[in-house]
Amino acid sequence: MFARIWHSDAFWMFRRSPAAIVAALCAALILCGAIFAPWIAQSNPYDLSSFSLMDGFLPPAWEDGGSSRFWLGTDDQGRDMISSILYGARLSMLIGIVAMIIATVLGVGLGLAAGYYGGRFDAIVMRIADVQLALPAILTALLIDGIARGVLPSSMLENLRVVVLTIAIALSLWVNFARTARASVFVEKNKEYVQAAMIMGQRPFRVMMWHILPNIMGPLLVIMTVDLASAILLEATLSFLGIGLPADSPSLGTLIRIGMGFLLSGEWWILWVPTLFLVILVVSINILGDFLRDAFNPRLH
Amino acid sequence: MVYLILKRLLQSFFVMLAVAFLAFSLFRFVGDPVSQMTGVETSVEDRERLRDELGLNDPFIFQFARFTGDLVQGDFGFSYRTREPVGEMIAKRLPATLELGTFALVISLVVGIPAGIYTALRPRGFVSQSILLVTLVGVSIPTFVIGIILIFLFGVQLAWLPTFGRNGTVDLGGWSTSFLTLDGWRSLILPAMTLGVYQLTLTMRLVRAQMMEVLRSDYIRFATARGVPYRQLYFKHALANTMVPVITIIGLQFGGVVAFSIVTESVFQWPGMGLLFLESIRFVDIPVMGVYLVVIAFFFVIVNLVVDMLYVAIDPRLRVKEAA
Amino acid sequence: MLDVQDLTVKFPSRHGEFTAVQDVSLRVAPGEIHGLVGESGAGKSTIGAAVIGLLQPPGYVANGRLVLGDTDLRSLTPDAAHAIRGARISMIFQDPQTSLNPLMTIEDQLIETMQAHEDITTSAARARAIELLEEIGIRNAADRITAYPHQFSGGMRQRVVIALALCTNPELIIADEPTTALDVAVQSKVLDLIRELADNRKIAFILITHDIGVIKQITDQVTVLRGGRVMEAGPTPQVLDSPQHPYTQALLASVPRLDRKLDRFLVPSEVEEAAPPLVAGVDAEKWLLAGDTTNPVDLEVKDITVKFAGQRTSLFRRAESFTALNSVSMQVAEGTVMGLVGESGSGKSTLAKVITGLVQPSNGTMTLDGAPLPPARQRGRQDAARRTIQMIFQDPYSSLNARHRIGAVLGEPLWLYGLEDDAAKRRALCAAMLEMVGMEPDAIDKYPHQFSGGQRQRIAVARALLARPRFLICDEPTSALDVSIQAQILNLLKDLQDRFGLTMLFVSHNLAVVRQMSDRVTVLQRGEVVETSESEAFFTAPAAPYSRELLSLTPTL
Repeated sequence: MFARIWHSDAFWMFRRSPAAIVAALCAALILCGAIFAPWIAQSNPYDLSSFSLMDGFLPPAWEDGGSSRFWLGTDDQGRDMISSILYGARLSMLIGIVAMIIATVLGVGLGLAAGYYGGRFDAIVMRIADVQLALPAILTALLIDGIARGVLPSSMLENLRVVVLTIAIALSLWVNFARTARASVFVEKNKEYVQAAMIMGQRPFRVMMWHILPNIMGPLLVIMTVDLASAILLEATLSFLGIGLPADSPSLGTLIRIGMGFLLSGEWWILWVPTLFLVILVVSINILGDFLRDAFNPRLH
Repeated sequence: MVYLILKRLLQSFFVMLAVAFLAFSLFRFVGDPVSQMTGVETSVEDRERLRDELGLNDPFIFQFARFTGDLVQGDFGFSYRTREPVGEMIAKRLPATLELGTFALVISLVVGIPAGIYTALRPRGFVSQSILLVTLVGVSIPTFVIGIILIFLFGVQLAWLPTFGRNGTVDLGGWSTSFLTLDGWRSLILPAMTLGVYQLTLTMRLVRAQMMEVLRSDYIRFATARGVPYRQLYFKHALANTMVPVITIIGLQFGGVVAFSIVTESVFQWPGMGLLFLESIRFVDIPVMGVYLVVIAFFFVIVNLVVDMLYVAIDPRLRVKEAA
Repeated sequence: MLDVQDLTVKFPSRHGEFTAVQDVSLRVAPGEIHGLVGESGAGKSTIGAAVIGLLQPPGYVANGRLVLGDTDLRSLTPDAAHAIRGARISMIFQDPQTSLNPLMTIEDQLIETMQAHEDITTSAARARAIELLEEIGIRNAADRITAYPHQFSGGMRQRVVIALALCTNPELIIADEPTTALDVAVQSKVLDLIRELADNRKIAFILITHDIGVIKQITDQVTVLRGGRVMEAGPTPQVLDSPQHPYTQALLASVPRLDRKLDRFLVPSEVEEAAPPLVAGVDAEKWLLAGDTTNPVDLEVKDITVKFAGQRTSLFRRAESFTALNSVSMQVAEGTVMGLVGESGSGKSTLAKVITGLVQPSNGTMTLDGAPLPPARQRGRQDAARRTIQMIFQDPYSSLNARHRIGAVLGEPLWLYGLEDDAAKRRALCAAMLEMVGMEPDAIDKYPHQFSGGQRQRIAVARALLARPRFLICDEPTSALDVSIQAQILNLLKDLQDRFGLTMLFVSHNLAVVRQMSDRVTVLQRGEVVETSESEAFFTAPAAPYSRELLSLTPTL
């Protein structure tokens, strides 16, 4: 298995692409940081006792007045920036990854079935996709959030913020997967290996999952990567707009929104440190997505 | 061809109906319209009378039909929060958003298409690689961060341009425009750049990908083998074939422009529809939310119909019948 | 006039430099058609691309001389090379469907090409274009010239392509498989046209093809290539009638003859890619003999009609349906091979799909082994015919799932039909079956991409056999393969038929191949049966005029 991956063309291209290697390293590093935040962060931004107002507004260590305890400085509350970012990335990536997985399962499932069965089912799914396309991702997410506000009592809403946000993002991204999966199935369906399976009388579910799905994973993997980046951006944007997560459970977007308050005063790091971090994360994922797109393009070999 | 356009019209009609239904469901099922419109002191009888007047006791289909009928006639209901007619609220905000979106789209096309062509023709050059790197970062920076950076650079550090609001508008029979005064332009530049950058990167990458695909096609190889001058090869043969799919996607991108104008308007406090929508979400002002949706979907549908017609104009395969 | 000496072309890749063409020399005189023939990987297209200077990067000319008249093609600047393209050397590509710009009228494409190379007014260019189109056989050229490529049929489109290559009066035209995508009738007309142009206009042609029949029909000189090297070269009659090189001899021996039926092909030993079949795999053979495979079935289809819904073009008119098969009847007796022939669009593949249950007929009945055979929608997943009828497809590159190991591909029929429940026994049986079709049993743990086309087709045959079929449909099983590989696969199928007495439906557009395989022949034309005859009678004295025409147009050795 590993030997197969190691010798594959895609991996060979990977080893020859410094940008992809650096991006993969960055993404992996951030992912590890996010997963292990509770163990590596020196303070917990959720825990009021782990930081003190006395440490507020400390600049990064290399600036005048910086403290070596807080290498990237502290915010107005005295929270360590690194710790906040790690916890923020943890939340952002959790929401992004879960939303991406939900969108993948939903979109690929509908797209596969629509492409395989065609006809009326296909028409219905694609018309729903049309409507969804008329309402872009961020609008859908905002809308679902708005509906949740209207339907759920506010006490429950606070507890469900993360869930609502995740679902909102997932529902705004599924169309991409559905359309790609459907288009790929239309191509694969007429290939002889699928016809062979159909002639044999295999179950449609098996034909879709066991025969077609592995053959269309390439483009889907690309979209998964790109949409993970979109999901993280979307979460950050919604939180920035103040629609997403409240200030006491800061994601990267929330941190940036808080930092906006200090745009005009001297505490630049409160804004720019989380911003830079978010951009590095998303750029890394997008570079990987670009790389995968090239690697899976048979015409480029 | 006529059939094609009719078919698209029918599809558009369906999309509009579905969005109207969404808006109606919002209005009908998210919260109780009656308790939103009345205060605590309103009696049960008054509430019941209002319910009757609003037709909320009628069968569901009738309610939806009436709702849709009202929409078509331009009666958009009243805001829960300000009690103003929603139609007027939207109409007041519409020019700001449309001008912002149009200008941003123009920026993205005027810069994005040539840049896409250039990077497709010289994929290995230093300039192309730099452009590609910049656009990769461009799609990865959230719109609001771009806005913040622009504000920081041009508004705070250099202090060249205003950082918020829409100034210097001129009223042209109900349509307030920024295009007629210097102040108007000055306040438009930063938001439009913010909104345009993301679209620009998308356009550029799309044009590049399509163009590279077309350049590998058999008919380009054949034209090369016939010695057709490179300029004609690239700008006549390849570009036209590139634009066929690109036009469709640019149509779809219009949705993106509108969506991200919500963010841009929020960052720059630009008094457009997006800001209105954000406020309506924050205050659960359902009628405004619903109408905003309908208006956005309407623009989307219109733009895509225009795109379809362009498509027909470019591609003879849709226009001219095949020989027997 | 064109003088190529010691041409070597290399392609750098991750596995080191690959030499596609090595030390190839050839000369082409004006008015001469020089054929380049060889199997895939012979480097014939690469030579053409090198001459016109359009090698796909990263390929490059590593060595050799390329001289056209008194111009050294290798020393030209990129701009000068581009100026020569069209003006002095032009090219015709394989697929007329994709080689024309779909967005420009053919008038614009023709005029643009002429104006690129000479100072000519638009109206003069148009006049010459119309004249040229008339000359190469497009009637009403003055009207048709304003049409778009999609408004021409395949054969007409290839004529337009030729007109484009011709309109600048080049000295040399490189035709890369110009008729491979065309039906025999159209192919023969296009070949005649090329011969005429060479004779009348004294244009030199390099004709690249894999089809020795085409070489025989129109070339003056031929160069036989293999693995990028010249095996043999000389005047066409001499090379084909008395080949000197063993490879040429073997290649010619493996070409199916239209004029006689062979029991087995002589397979060139050096291109043999696996051990001869049926020496191994005794277990698999026993297993097949133990089942009902040796008890073949007969098939009868009666009045089968298939209509496909057309594209709707108007809101007020129903979509016009396209009749792919019109009341087709056919009987295949048990233990015999029925050859089904016809041009593209004749409905032969559709008929195969109706029998396998992929396409729903709108009318007609089918009987298998005396019992009714339900059509697609009525045929349940558990229906016995799902197993009894097996199919071997045209393209071995897509008929095996690229993501599954050979073992998983082969084991599928065994568990699906409940033929063997024990996984270890399934594996052993698959390995034995691989041996029986002439493969190494260790192939079972590999993936399809690790095999060549011929090997994959063997695997596909093994998969079909593992269902214990009683009726085998072969849909163009060799048309994607080189002739020497085709000979092996045909041998394999013949052996299997001899050994197990399978009933087979053998679908092919290639009459020579059908002659080798079938006992009876059915000819389809535009969805209707034209003729059904005993094979020998058909090939010696066809009854229908259409059959006669088909036979006379097929290039022969």
